[in-house]
Amino acid sequence: MKFAHLLAASTLAVMAAAGAHAKTLVYCSEGSPEGFDAAPYTAGTTLDASGKALYNRLVEFDLGTTNVIPSLAESFEVSEDGLEYTFKLRPGVKFHTTDYFTPTRDLNADDVIFSFLRQASADHPWNQYLPGISYEYYNGMEMPTLIKDIEKVDDLTVKFVLNRPEAPFLANIAMSFASIVSKEYADQLEASGNMAALNSAPIGTGPFKFVAYQPDAVIRYAAHDDYWKGREKIDDLVFAITPDPAVRRQRLEAGECHIMPYPAPADIEALKGNDSLEVMEQPGLNVAYLAYNTTVAPFDNAEVRRALNMAMNKQAIVDAVFQGTGTVAKNPIPPTMWSYNDAVEDTPYDPEGAKAILAEQGAEGLTMEVWAMPVQRPYMPNARRVAEMIQSDFAAVGVNVNIVSYEWGEYLAKSTEPNREGAVILGWTGDNGDPDNFLAVLLGCAATGDGGANRAQWCNKEFDDLLQQAKVTSDQAERTKLYEEAQVVFKRENPWATLAHSTVFMPMSSKVTGYIMDPLGTHNFTGVDIAE
Amino acid sequence: MIRFLVGKLAYLIPTFIGITVVAFSFVRLLPGDPVLLMAGERGITPERHAQLTAQLGYDRPVVVQYLDFVMGLFQGDFGTSLATRRPVLGEFFALFPATVELGLCAVILATIIGIPLGVFAAIKRGSVFDQVSMGAALVGYSMPIFWWGLLLIIFFSGMLGWTPVSGRIDLLYFFPNGTGFMLIDSLMSGQSGAFTSALRHLILPSVVLATIPMAVIARQSRSAMLEVLSEDYVRTARAKGMSPFRVVGIHALRNALIPVITTIGLQIGVVMAGAILTETIFSWPGIGKWMIDSISRRDYPSVQGGLLLMAGVVMIVNLLVDLLYGVINPRIRHS
Repeated sequence: MKFAHLLAASTLAVMAAAGAHAKTLVYCSEGSPEGFDAAPYTAGTTLDASGKALYNRLVEFDLGTTNVIPSLAESFEVSEDGLEYTFKLRPGVKFHTTDYFTPTRDLNADDVIFSFLRQASADHPWNQYLPGISYEYYNGMEMPTLIKDIEKVDDLTVKFVLNRPEAPFLANIAMSFASIVSKEYADQLEASGNMAALNSAPIGTGPFKFVAYQPDAVIRYAAHDDYWKGREKIDDLVFAITPDPAVRRQRLEAGECHIMPYPAPADIEALKGNDSLEVMEQPGLNVAYLAYNTTVAPFDNAEVRRALNMAMNKQAIVDAVFQGTGTVAKNPIPPTMWSYNDAVEDTPYDPEGAKAILAEQGAEGLTMEVWAMPVQRPYMPNARRVAEMIQSDFAAVGVNVNIVSYEWGEYLAKSTEPNREGAVILGWTGDNGDPDNFLAVLLGCAATGDGGANRAQWCNKEFDDLLQQAKVTSDQAERTKLYEEAQVVFKRENPWATLAHSTVFMPMSSKVTGYIMDPLGTHNFTGVDIAE
Repeated sequence: MIRFLVGKLAYLIPTFIGITVVAFSFVRLLPGDPVLLMAGERGITPERHAQLTAQLGYDRPVVVQYLDFVMGLFQGDFGTSLATRRPVLGEFFALFPATVELGLCAVILATIIGIPLGVFAAIKRGSVFDQVSMGAALVGYSMPIFWWGLLLIIFFSGMLGWTPVSGRIDLLYFFPNGTGFMLIDSLMSGQSGAFTSALRHLILPSVVLATIPMAVIARQSRSAMLEVLSEDYVRTARAKGMSPFRVVGIHALRNALIPVITTIGLQIGVVMAGAILTETIFSWPGIGKWMIDSISRRDYPSVQGGLLLMAGVVMIVNLLVDLLYGVINPRIRHS
């Protein structure tokens, strides 16, 4: 053990000692990035490797929170009517200097306008710079209908004109798809006929610059010497791509990497027991739920839905399936999100009461389908097991459950069909920390219908009015009140059984200092250091 | 010989056409489509779905898509990956050397252990060695690769620390990707210790990938040897007073190897299939892991192009084996 183990473990030490004490942080990432342009992709794995490491945005999330703070824009103003956002850019922001690009100017308004317009306009020469490319986040966050115009006021001032007031706009453009790329670099690539390099040899303003990518194996970055927030403490950042969680654990324990994401739930206790490691944890910004189809009888009756929720022993489900890595959910948004209404009381577990209500509503002896997802997701370790426990709980109140499942793509599509039979187990991980990103996306009237994310097909005017009002209100205290009220309406109507919020774990070497877990689930190595 | 070669090549053409059909239809027969998976839990409106499907060209009749695919092949165009937007051919050949390196090591390991094991088991038929080695071969053949790989990692890398956990080389070494073969590139880099590191990283994945072919080769060698040893000419050679080494090593082994060579050729396909799991466990950046990712994303061009290229490699290897077979056994060539 001794020699070879020592050799493996000393690799990192050697790397740290190599050169002029170059400090290298090795992150055992879970998968390969699809590319290094953050705009066309939605996968977290890709955005960790691109958006977080290489780029900045006009505004960003204060690391460790979901608060939006100025970034490349040192300040911004919102007009009275909420239709104009004027961003004052930070002067002196440098793009990366690499062996394939040397910038001749600092960041300016042209870069910002280019970064948005290439996604906005199908006629833009960069819109289809890769064949068949699409900008799903830009579309998903409704940017095409929201942004009316982007104007260059002067070199360091950009004005966004909106078609309607939209309070979550700032949180939306803090997301990775709105990363600012270099127009100067793009022009150079266009002139040389090598536009695809924007995605394979990226240039940004972020904390690290791109060095090399060996597909499916390693991504190498170096600290950006002229980073506007100051150079990072580590010199090199390496993503060692390791898809299997058991192997990631072995690599971490053998000293082949410093930090790993997504440990297997069964390994967490053992990792916590290892003295040379530290396991950070944080409630995930997610929710797992069971959505009834509220347009199909008898689930169109809120009392029947309430009775079914009362029949469900959620604590037992969370204990058995999440094994200490989750908490029972009572609201559709997680407790870490602003406007979470802790005063809401969850539907009590009361099988006898449930039976009585079902009899009263004429729904005794009901037979229904419960859909179980065929895949694991960050918010749901084992949907089949959850469905079986629900089946057993419902049987106790006289409701027969047939468990059904489909291939994942089919599941996602069929579960949005308006006339779907049965209740669907699904969940959501927040994109930007704004309550609107949960409540409107998953429960708003606009999200009902075929293809929409409102799997409950629940369109409640009172609830929706509150969301619409919150959307056009820029005062956060006011918005908080509106969302709190919306959660009360939700609990009264029970379109879902809210199941759980999962906990996210991040095991790392105890030598790693300064790592901050992002509630949005991204992996960001700003400010990280390695103790000597 | 030329007639023999032409005959073999003539077989390849319909086989290749068949593979294009299978590769094209396989991924389309799977439920779900790439646009739905791209949208995830957010959902996608039927209009946007139709728009993206049209943008990708999947709204056209399947026959048109197939013809488009085949026409592209004639121009060396295997399509563009839906995930990375890079040409499939480029993606394949960037990763292929890693798979070849691992596959070759596995086949060599399986051969140099499998043949002697089978031959000795045949000579010592019924002995404890025969029973233990053939029992071990059966266990090896039945072993689920994923479990076996993880077991070896936990034991040799985790507990004993003799081998690295995964990857192709220590992250300490960084040099340009020349040939794509890590053993060669590490030697050419001139960095001290790089070659040893690459070699150490090859040990466990090669052993895991070699396990099933090794078992098959050992069992095939044993039965082929047993058959040859009961031939009249072997008895005659023995009666003439030849040394056992000459009888087995010269007369019997050469004839026994003929079916074994065919078996080794067939194992290339097994190794290709095994690489898919082995590469995933050992984070080995080859085409096996790339195929898994492409299938789960329903990346149609990557899956159909990858399948076709993998099948092409297996076909070429089998053709070479057939030719080698003809060289070893002239009767086959002439028939």
